[in-house]
Amino acid sequence: MADYKLLGKNYQTPDLYAKVTGRAKYAEDHRAEGMVFCKLLVSPMPHARVRSIDSSAAEALPGFEGILTYDDVPEATAPGETSLTKEPRYEGEPILAVAAVDEQTAAAAIELIDIDLEPLEFVLDPLDSLRPGGPNARTEGNTMIGRELGEIKWTEADVAGLDAGQISMEAEAGAEWEYGDLAAGFAEADVIIEEHSYHQSLSHQPLESRTTMAYWEGGKLYVYPSVQSTARAVGPMARHAGIEPSDVVLINEFTGGGFGSKGSGYPQAQIPILLSKKIGKPVMMRVTRRDETSFGKARPGVQARIKLGMRRDGRITALDIHAIGDGGPYGRSGDHMNVGVIGSLAYQPVAMRMRGTGVYTNTPPRGAQRAPGGEQSMTMLSPIIQKAAKQLGLDQVEVLKINAPAGQATFGAPGRDGRRSNVSSAFAREAIDKGAELFNWRERVQRSGRRNGSTVTGIGVALSTFAAGASGVDGLFVIKPDGRMYIKSGIGPLGTGSTFDMMRAAAEGVDMPWERCEVAWGNTSRHLPWSCTQGGSSTTHAHTRANWAAALDARQKMQEIAARDLGGSPSDYEIGGERVYRRGNRSQGMSFARAAQRAIDLGGTYDGHELPGDINGMTTASATALAGQGLMGVAKDNFEEGGRRMSFVAGFAEVEVDVETGEIRLVDYAAGCDVGTVIHPKNFEGQVFGGAIQGFSVALSQKWVYDRRWGLLMAKRFYSNRPPGILDVPYEQPMKWGNADLPDPFNPLGAKGIGEAAQGAGSGAVVVAIADALGEENGDFFRSPITRDMILTQLEQAPTGHDRLTAHV
Amino acid sequence: METLGFTLRYKLGLTGTKIGCDRAECGACTVLVDGVPHYSCSLLTHSVRGREVASIEGLEAEDGTLHPMQQAVLEEQGFQCAFCMSGFIMNTVALLNENSSPTRKEAAEWLSGNLCRCADYDKILTSVMRAAEITRGA
Repeated sequence: MADYKLLGKNYQTPDLYAKVTGRAKYAEDHRAEGMVFCKLLVSPMPHARVRSIDSSAAEALPGFEGILTYDDVPEATAPGETSLTKEPRYEGEPILAVAAVDEQTAAAAIELIDIDLEPLEFVLDPLDSLRPGGPNARTEGNTMIGRELGEIKWTEADVAGLDAGQISMEAEAGAEWEYGDLAAGFAEADVIIEEHSYHQSLSHQPLESRTTMAYWEGGKLYVYPSVQSTARAVGPMARHAGIEPSDVVLINEFTGGGFGSKGSGYPQAQIPILLSKKIGKPVMMRVTRRDETSFGKARPGVQARIKLGMRRDGRITALDIHAIGDGGPYGRSGDHMNVGVIGSLAYQPVAMRMRGTGVYTNTPPRGAQRAPGGEQSMTMLSPIIQKAAKQLGLDQVEVLKINAPAGQATFGAPGRDGRRSNVSSAFAREAIDKGAELFNWRERVQRSGRRNGSTVTGIGVALSTFAAGASGVDGLFVIKPDGRMYIKSGIGPLGTGSTFDMMRAAAEGVDMPWERCEVAWGNTSRHLPWSCTQGGSSTTHAHTRANWAAALDARQKMQEIAARDLGGSPSDYEIGGERVYRRGNRSQGMSFARAAQRAIDLGGTYDGHELPGDINGMTTASATALAGQGLMGVAKDNFEEGGRRMSFVAGFAEVEVDVETGEIRLVDYAAGCDVGTVIHPKNFEGQVFGGAIQGFSVALSQKWVYDRRWGLLMAKRFYSNRPPGILDVPYEQPMKWGNADLPDPFNPLGAKGIGEAAQGAGSGAVVVAIADALGEENGDFFRSPITRDMILTQLEQAPTGHDRLTAHV
Repeated sequence: METLGFTLRYKLGLTGTKIGCDRAECGACTVLVDGVPHYSCSLLTHSVRGREVASIEGLEAEDGTLHPMQQAVLEEQGFQCAFCMSGFIMNTVALLNENSSPTRKEAAEWLSGNLCRCADYDKILTSVMRAAEITRGA
């Protein structure tokens, strides 16, 4: 690992003091002169059409300020989602909004609205919609066929096994890809495992709901949303408002979580924006926990048939998957197909086929949630690989290593030219080794199946991978004559810390002490550059590169200024200690402060009056506003790309399962990573373990339960859908993580992202550990979450009341 | 009839106390009433008449000295999005008043009424252990 002064070191991020003292302003903490509140009228039915609305009584209520209905908002092209709708397609979908002087009055006004709804047919479980004559979630169909909404219905023969929880491998599928000789792969296998598997849908549930406040002033929109990204949220807000991005001022310095659900905005942000425009007053839309659960997005569930062939030496020779994705009513989720894409990378099967269909349902809208499809892949495939390995008497770690990708490994569907994508780097085996060492695998695995009173020990491992970085965005900073460096961050204030951590690449690049740097973030009036989305583990790779590019630009400019003033050529000069100086003679040079003043004197490219032609328009506008203030570092990341950036996390878990109560206790967890350079260890740890713990609750607790007759969600709240609490994790000792410390060769700083892959490592390791504890006879769940009742039912061989694939029970 | 959380946030402008669920499920709104942690979303304001209410804004000393838990969070880079943070910090203040040498297990049990959706529990517990050290003058 290179010897950096800032990268890889712990420090206190600049947002933290405001947070610990309660000064940090999140969306709901903002106030504006004359601000009013809005409340939503949401659908009480899973699918309906509005026949009529009578709001006269509400409008007569003292304190009523205005109403916004579906007639006031632009329509979306199907299968897109609108902010308000005349045809609600899930319980809790907003139909109209009322503004009033205070929230209580707004709520009272909502109660006075007389609305007549015509119930329409609905469907909760994707498999029900695929049956011949089965209900569709949308009047236009149940799936996307190409770019159009259409219908896929399986034949009677296809669904013959469905009541027993069997999906036909050959039934019609909306998408399909294949490589290698699948039949030969299965023929070569010494063991073949074929199972049906169910992965639940689960809500994102950030602790801060997607509250948004908005007002208009001087033709500009001032919007205070709870959103993950900053630069990337401006465009969507402008589209919501029907104005140009340059007329949007977005202020959001602190966001209370998102996990993918608030990436670059959300349709409901349009409600306060348009309501404010309509009534001419600032509008605060405080989103309740119940509303957040309704429209705050969720991870798509997956129902699949999976067939895997393994050779005696542990090599996976064939993998065949038919997956059905629960797509909710809107958008187009690819999670179910990603089960195959990510599986093809993690395990490099010799031959593989992936078939799948995304099916619309009248359940909450889906969106990307931390490793979309990747987490499902690890949770569903890991226990199948474990079962094959056990039947062959092989060590789980060895099997993962035998199949793990290395170098610029290929993965996913073949393109039109038959070629498959490749990664920029994979050091998966090194990650597995690191984790195995931390976890003490060789010794720990001896405890597998050990009985202590009523508890049994289980040991599990899973190798997880997912996308780990965007590229091609911009870096921007100014070194001013006061000798300080002002770095602009357009990433977004999500709490991962990357909006600050990645700015340290710029400081590192010009050898500037961090104490002399100031980061501007979370407010587009502070002249921020174009950024990637704050999500998808994109920022670490994208913004170390972009800020490094900007630093190289500033170095070049300082060297040119020094050569111009002091003689020689730019290459005679070095940068260090806040000075640009002649190589071999530190006294001949000038301070950064002096160079900044000279940049202003010289103008042109030096102080930002002339800008690179390839930077994004947002960066150009920001840099133009900053021109003349000092020496500007500004550049687009044009560094070479060697493939898709993917990081790897090997998760190791020990559990104790109580065979009398069904209770599962997670005793210990360790993670071995391949992420290249770690930028900020403490924030990195937060991602590795935060992701893992969110994975633990996929494995153990989070789910929806529906009233199947009326299509209503019964698990709307934290206590009923069970996100993980502090007692659900190993808490007696800190968990452990380690990194392979092998830099990605295509990032000059070697860094890749971490947040995504961390989750599947946690969920995969835990489901495998539970199966390990209960043995082949009782450990075959292939369903998440694995709850106490499922364990007891299985141990007692009692009927479950539903088949393995049934959704939302 | 209004809740203490509402009064703090909307009448007194003390927005450091967060409302995460409004139904006593998440603990983000935790404040101390006469030193005892309470969910302010589920406590009616009139019921605290004549009692001492402490929110996150009241932890910092007049000279700017932070409470040991605030200091520990800064040192350990505890929490991520931090929407849950003021609730966790206030509950930890109550814990350290009772027990300045908690084990991680005791701290986890004490804080089990607070939810962190970023699931930064490992660093939160490490921060509590560090806060206990600072409290003890270690």
